[in-house]
Amino acid sequence: MARKLLLENVHIEGINTYDVYRKNGGYRSVEKALKTMSPEDVVEEVKKSGLRGRGGAGFPTGMKWSFIAKPDGVPRHLLCNADESEPGTFKDRYLMEKIPHLLIEGMILSSFALGANQSYIYIRGEYMYVLRILEKAIAEAYANGWLGKNILGSGFDMELSVAPGAGAYICGEETALIESLEGKRGNPRMKPPFPAVKGLWQRPTVVNNVETIAAVVPIVNEGGDAYAQIGIGRSTGTKLISASGNINKPGVYEIEMNITVEEFLYSDTYCGGIKNGKKLKACVPGGSSVPILPHYLVCKTAAGQDRLMTYESLSDGGFATGSMLGSGGFIVYDEDQCIVRNTWNFARFYHHESCGQCSPCREGTGWMEKVLHRLEYGHGKMEDIDLLWDIQRKIEGNTICPLGDAAAWPVAAAIRHFREEFEWHVNEPKACLDRNYGLVAEKIFEPATA
Amino acid sequence: MTLNNETVETAENQIAFKEETLKEVGRVVAQYPEGMQKSALIRVLHLAQAEFGWLSVPVMDYVARLLHVNPVEVYEVATFYSMYDTKPAGKVKLEVCRTGPCMIEGAERIVKYIEDKLGIKDGETTSDGLFTLKTVECLGACGYAPMLQAGEKYHEHLTEAKIDELIETYRANPVANYMGMES
Repeated sequence: MARKLLLENVHIEGINTYDVYRKNGGYRSVEKALKTMSPEDVVEEVKKSGLRGRGGAGFPTGMKWSFIAKPDGVPRHLLCNADESEPGTFKDRYLMEKIPHLLIEGMILSSFALGANQSYIYIRGEYMYVLRILEKAIAEAYANGWLGKNILGSGFDMELSVAPGAGAYICGEETALIESLEGKRGNPRMKPPFPAVKGLWQRPTVVNNVETIAAVVPIVNEGGDAYAQIGIGRSTGTKLISASGNINKPGVYEIEMNITVEEFLYSDTYCGGIKNGKKLKACVPGGSSVPILPHYLVCKTAAGQDRLMTYESLSDGGFATGSMLGSGGFIVYDEDQCIVRNTWNFARFYHHESCGQCSPCREGTGWMEKVLHRLEYGHGKMEDIDLLWDIQRKIEGNTICPLGDAAAWPVAAAIRHFREEFEWHVNEPKACLDRNYGLVAEKIFEPATA
Repeated sequence: MTLNNETVETAENQIAFKEETLKEVGRVVAQYPEGMQKSALIRVLHLAQAEFGWLSVPVMDYVARLLHVNPVEVYEVATFYSMYDTKPAGKVKLEVCRTGPCMIEGAERIVKYIEDKLGIKDGETTSDGLFTLKTVECLGACGYAPMLQAGEKYHEHLTEAKIDELIETYRANPVANYMGMES
């Protein structure tokens, strides 16, 4: 039986209220930490746990925390990134809506570990109804002495509030989030200085994803070593996966990071297989930014091994034959879906969301959208496919923030794996308007010789 | 910091927050350290849009004075974020997600159905000023697609019948809470 660390109690009636949450063991990690541990002890447990950032980048959380600068007399801040905007990702919304106190409990632990006395949850503006749920839960936490001055007599003070965005994917990038929280446009900052040195109001700041912060609760309760027992290799613990697309059971699932992609995709415990008895065509396993995988690379790696739902296994083969776990936005495409249309849709998204600060991204995303649009609508030329490749290559790595990379990767991967389908759009400009290309030809992968 | 609640006079009316909204602004401003009141701007603009319908220049000027920032600092924020309307919009905005997973599940069909039903195109407002149709990018409801947002409410697993019902409900009572005070 798979263990759940975050969503174990999510189906308990009234778990969104303080009383029910507390009765089910809520806030005991705060008692443990504030009464028996030092901030350094909490950091140490998180390091031992092997927890990696759950927002997409997968950076080790304990290490990120240890980078925070501690100049005398300068306040430090913890910011929770609840901007969740990566297409295919809706896990943080689920967690905050169903079990808001888990995030607050994690915020207290993490703020304590970092020595942050004023922390914020930055939530995307469209989630305003979730913001109201969080504010209600925060008020309950204050009323019961878990927030405010001298919590549990430990001498630790902490204020917590929620701030909304107003519709901008870019604000999920940590420096853009900080700008937005300062009441500005969400333009990412040049690094260095890193937020750990100069972040919110030029003060040392750590930004962590909702799920990352929530995971600190079981880590403190059960110890970092116990957490690290779950999973495989450097993919420790559990991960929330948002499953969507042409599957029988879309939704949010908490998995131990040791199951195979095949089990996740086809077992009734999770996605329950492809809807309407169709065949799998492709899968984007970690949110729209990560490379799309053709069906023959979803469940197996290029070397023929079972692919696992882990950071390492999903990226096995690099971008040539692998992808990334990313934010865990698992989007499944059946045989009827058009890869060109999907790529155009994502390109339009990144064009819409580019902040406009760096030329390669500002111009390149719009250009890719236009070229993909004409390919999809039967006006494309064969050279357009190479042009797309060229544009994405010139965006990647040439921008201040990773939005440029995020825009480039899906285009590159689509051409890499589905070039025939792009060519078919050029060769069959009429047919491509009426029907889809269907499944990519069954082929056995032959590893490139070095 | 004290709020500078100086009203902005326009040809038609005076612009100033209601008492209860001012109180809410005060609560939000107090969440930030002294002198950092600009951090409240994004939330205050949501309140302003909810109360005044859209963010006209006089409304933005009022907010600027209220928070002691330059008007241009408000304009640049209001024009950057997609949830703000710097032009008048209908009383109820139907914001249909059109990104990736929603597209797979038929977002384009949903948009077409609403366009035909209301006789407007994406981005337009019905002549009676009730509805604005807007396509938006991913709203984080991918597993419950297709979906639209109206005010603060998410409407998921959309069907044509659900849209008919939704539009009837809003026609009878065209009130959607737009990110303002809690209703």
